[in-house]
Amino acid sequence: MLRVDVSKQLGEFAIEASFASEGRVTGLFGASGAGKTSLINMIAGLLRPDRGIVAIDGETLDDAATGAHVPVRRRRIGYVFQDARLFPHLDVRRNLDYGRRMNGLTEDVALWKRVTDLLDIGDLLDRRPGKLSGGERQRVALGRALLSQPRLLLLDEPLGSLDEERKEEILPYLVRLRDEAGIPMVYVSHDASEMRQLATQIVMLQRGRVTAFGGVEVLPTAHITA
Amino acid sequence: MFDISPTEWTAILLSLRVATVATLVATPLGIAVAWLLARREFWGKALLDAVVHLPLVLPPVVTGYLLLLTFGRRGMVGAWLADHLGLVFAFRWTGAALACGIMAFPLLVRPIRLSIEAVDRRLEQAAATLGAASWQVFLTVTLPLAWPGVLAGMVLGFAKAIGEFGATITFVSNIPGETQTISSAIYSLIQTPDGDPAALRLVVVSILIAMAALVGSEWFARRALKRLHGN
Repeated sequence: MLRVDVSKQLGEFAIEASFASEGRVTGLFGASGAGKTSLINMIAGLLRPDRGIVAIDGETLDDAATGAHVPVRRRRIGYVFQDARLFPHLDVRRNLDYGRRMNGLTEDVALWKRVTDLLDIGDLLDRRPGKLSGGERQRVALGRALLSQPRLLLLDEPLGSLDEERKEEILPYLVRLRDEAGIPMVYVSHDASEMRQLATQIVMLQRGRVTAFGGVEVLPTAHITA
Repeated sequence: MFDISPTEWTAILLSLRVATVATLVATPLGIAVAWLLARREFWGKALLDAVVHLPLVLPPVVTGYLLLLTFGRRGMVGAWLADHLGLVFAFRWTGAALACGIMAFPLLVRPIRLSIEAVDRRLEQAAATLGAASWQVFLTVTLPLAWPGVLAGMVLGFAKAIGEFGATITFVSNIPGETQTISSAIYSLIQTPDGDPAALRLVVVSILIAMAALVGSEWFARRALKRLHGN
């Protein structure tokens, strides 16, 4: 279970958000500028809340009152960024293996096979990120996060930088990930149809505040995109 | 014309040794300083930046004299090092290497700092989310991506070190076989009657070394660009 109850002042912009989610995929839904990325950066530990608590499965990651702050690298929270952020100087194989090496984990052949099969990236292993398409890059970024064996996966508009066709190519992988990987996810998007396909719980965010919480039925119905 | 005499060889080899040692010792320190200037905010950062660049703007004679005052046999640091570590700089080739290293330092640090600044910090964040500690992020992401800049800095520093004259001759004098580098050998030769042919030979040698350094630096700079674009 993920519990977030934080406030953070970022210049003129203030975030005051509180929610607790037990869903397999918690969808953070809102227009751009609603504070979605700042909020998951606080979950990841890249940003420290001014006030409040971030906790996962009963473990406190941030508590401004006591000054507790678990550093990013110890949170075991995988993060898939909108721009993939693969290491350009490493080939796909070493990008995928990065988390395992940094955490000193032993090689897990079964997990490696499961993840590379799930994402269809087994053929890309010897390539450099510069030679990958946008969709391939995003799949490798997903694989890299999964292979670091996180207890929670954050996805910040992973389809945001892709065109429609590529989005359709990646979405099925995300659905498989939700159904097969067994890792809870927080999925950030401003696209209601993506949310409907993926999320099991919705946190609606508007100008830094949670305006609705519930199942996918809280999503706006006015602009359903096919 | 190209019959290089043993004395000239001695000066050439000494120059190469002094410049190589100066570059190799200055590089780790240069990387540390470049990283601090590129990635950290701290009290006294402007001062550190100024001190690093000082040898670039001070007259070399002044730098040499300051070195003599500090690292000479009776200098504060020099006396301590001689007594405790047996490390003597005054009028030794090690002193020439120290002088060259300090004069080359600003030129060495600059490309390293620029290439560290060019490394995308978001990649460093990504590394942290994958479990990398700060030192691991530095060794596995920042340094490899900045590496061509490090090599370029080393080449520039080496070129500066091999041509250094003012600070070196002020600090360690011009002793053949011990502190007489190519530059100070040329200086001595052109003050000697009939020294011109020998001086010219050394001039050609230093032009060749400088050109090789420039070509090398250019090549590394191009590789740096390629590398940052992921090819």
